[in-house]
Amino acid sequence: MPAVQETIDQVRLIDVDQYKYGFETEVEMEKAPKGLSEDVIRFISGKKGEPEWMLQWRLDAYKRWLTMNEPNWARVSYDKIDYNDIYYYAAPKMNPSPKSLDEVDPEILKTYEKLGIPLREQEILAGVEPQNRVAVDAVFDSVSVATTFKEELAKAGVIFMPISEAIREYPDLVRQYLGTVVPVTDNFFATLNSAVFTDGSFVYIPPGVRCPMELSTYFRINEKNTGQFERTLIIADKGSYVSYLEGCTAPKRDENQLHAAVVELIALDDAEIKYSTVQNWYPGDAEGRGGIYNFVTKRGDCRGKNSVITWTQVETGSAITWKYPSCILRGDNSRGEFYSIAVSNGKQQVDSGTKMIHLGKNTTSRIISKGIAAGKSENTYRGLVSAHRKATGARNFTNCDSLLIGNQCGAHTVPYIESKNATAVFEHEATTSKISEDQMFYCQQRGLSDEEATALIVNGFVKDVLQQLPMEFAVEAQKLISISLEGSVG
Amino acid sequence: MLEIKNLVVQIEDKRILNGLNLTVNKGEVAAIMGPNGSGKSTLSYVIAGKEDYEILDGEILLDGENLLEMEPDQRAAAGVFLAFQYPLEIPGVASMTFLKAAINAQRKARGEDELTTPDFIKRVNAAATQLEIPKDMLKRALNVGFSGGEKKRMEILQMALLQPSFCILDETDSGLDIDALRIVSEGVNALRSPDRAFLVITHYQRLLNHIVPDTVHVMHGGRIVRSGGKELALELEANGYADYRESEAA
Ligand SMILES: Nc1ncnc2c1ncn2[C@@H]1O[C@H](COP(=O)(O)OP(=O)(O)OP(=O)(O)O)[C@@H](O)[C@H]1O
Ligand SMILES: [Mg+2]
Repeated sequence: MPAVQETIDQVRLIDVDQYKYGFETEVEMEKAPKGLSEDVIRFISGKKGEPEWMLQWRLDAYKRWLTMNEPNWARVSYDKIDYNDIYYYAAPKMNPSPKSLDEVDPEILKTYEKLGIPLREQEILAGVEPQNRVAVDAVFDSVSVATTFKEELAKAGVIFMPISEAIREYPDLVRQYLGTVVPVTDNFFATLNSAVFTDGSFVYIPPGVRCPMELSTYFRINEKNTGQFERTLIIADKGSYVSYLEGCTAPKRDENQLHAAVVELIALDDAEIKYSTVQNWYPGDAEGRGGIYNFVTKRGDCRGKNSVITWTQVETGSAITWKYPSCILRGDNSRGEFYSIAVSNGKQQVDSGTKMIHLGKNTTSRIISKGIAAGKSENTYRGLVSAHRKATGARNFTNCDSLLIGNQCGAHTVPYIESKNATAVFEHEATTSKISEDQMFYCQQRGLSDEEATALIVNGFVKDVLQQLPMEFAVEAQKLISISLEGSVG
Repeated sequence: MLEIKNLVVQIEDKRILNGLNLTVNKGEVAAIMGPNGSGKSTLSYVIAGKEDYEILDGEILLDGENLLEMEPDQRAAAGVFLAFQYPLEIPGVASMTFLKAAINAQRKARGEDELTTPDFIKRVNAAATQLEIPKDMLKRALNVGFSGGEKKRMEILQMALLQPSFCILDETDSGLDIDALRIVSEGVNALRSPDRAFLVITHYQRLLNHIVPDTVHVMHGGRIVRSGGKELALELEANGYADYRESEAA
């Protein structure tokens, strides 16, 4: 049928018109020597002016990592990564730790302008309602190049700064919490990250404070052959609240690049953290050439009673996604939520999901996952819900839906449930559906093009999760999803 | 307005339309009747541009334009509307959202401005009131969990909003209760105009009591085997299709 040929042609073209952030920025960079060794770790630690304990922590992690093996249980396949063929540190030469935007390389400022990330506070202030302002930490390869609204946040007692700065300025706070949610020994990629992490954000919200604006970090990988090892640590002290957003993009390249991040969240008594991600790393081309390997460990600890942690993710990018934002429900009555939309097209491989570990009494969790597979992609939901024997009254509700577009993609659901407490109630619902040709024809008969029809049906499918995102980002995410699926139907 | 010449169509090696000829003029309401499986729905799908069919011969012209060369959405923008025999469900998409997307897509294709939200809402409310469709139904996902009759009403609501020039109603009367039949027929009659034509597919005279046709065509074995005025429908109601079966055998 001609329509099938047309689909193949369109899918072939997707990477060309679809990825809008694939440009490169020309800046002079300073890099660590290629490869991984104790010397490279000392180099990174030295560049960041770290105290001795931090260096030791890194070196211990490195020793441990040397004894570990790359995990292979995920439903993804890729050529072996040569860890000695990667640069572990790359920073703009001009000024790796600028005090103000005037000290930032203009090329980098232009980059963020092109990406639509506002770094100038004055520009943000004009005409924007105070409650809709967003403070941004901009991480470019291995360093943070700008953080906005720091002073205004400081007035509220909120600390929001690059983690490398926090290690110098608030060593006690960092030391108290770093690695307490994702231990150094947690898994191959987390241990690697512990050894070589370069930058990310540090957030501390003091007791009883409702953070006066949204916080966000924007990660950009620019340099070739360079890994990005982001480390983020967010602490919400008793009775506080914070909403945090993370965005990511990278240039188009034929080689794969590694992004191995660790994110730790800690919510004390009655505190709430909302963490949203719009992940749009370069996904590679239609043949599966290039793209980011996104191997990420994200975990939240509901350490205090009545605490709440919500993960919301919209995942459209990366060649490979290996990511399970999880919640440890330690405090009594604590609640964990995971809302996810994972879109895969071309030859993307997604293995993502969550873990809800119920330890405290009357802890509740909710998982809503929407996977959309198109092209020749593979999209797996992998989830674990467990109740410790002391987790009396634990409750979980899981709803896991997959939508297939076309006949060459796959959707898989791998749910694990472990309950050691007889009073725990876990509910699980799962569906897999396809956009039917009849539905498409019906929409087209009403005047919608192929792409408009797909976007409309997909939006209906993901609606429950989009509603969880802050308004502006929901609109952004909706656009991103339809762009990611461009050319996926015929 | 619509001219079909010697249309031959097959699906999976099965021939369904066998040299069908049909002309419907501007302002005309043409009824098509015929036994189950005679190819009525197939004809409506082929006019609207459904993919699965192989067109072996013939042509379909709408105002002189060759429909067979157009995509379904282009045909819709050109004025073709099909009220489905079995309307599809679109989960998660509010009927309102769907209607707005459809109207604006067609306007865009015709180079017109999109409707503003207040203007759109005014039009939907007016049409919904006329068809006695409750407002909260418009907030529900399109056709999901709707009763058979509600789905049919929603089809006519879409037709009223899209203002197509060539409307095909495929058994819109089936599944309607007596009151709904009257309401829907009034909705259709309100749209009758000298610039608009209708192709009404039905099995029963009761619909044609409300929507009085100008011409009636009998379809059998993938062809129009007889055409006449509205009295032909009454004759069929009395005698059934036995005559045509015999003529086929002869
Ligand atoms: N996909 C298909 N494969 C094979 N045969 C098909 C297919 N679709 C339709 N047909 C056949 O084509 C013939 C015409 O079907 P169609 O739905 O057009 O009839 P109809 O006149 O609308 O009947 P009804 O009055 O019952 O609605 C039937 O015999 C039907 O089984
Ligand atoms: Mg039929």
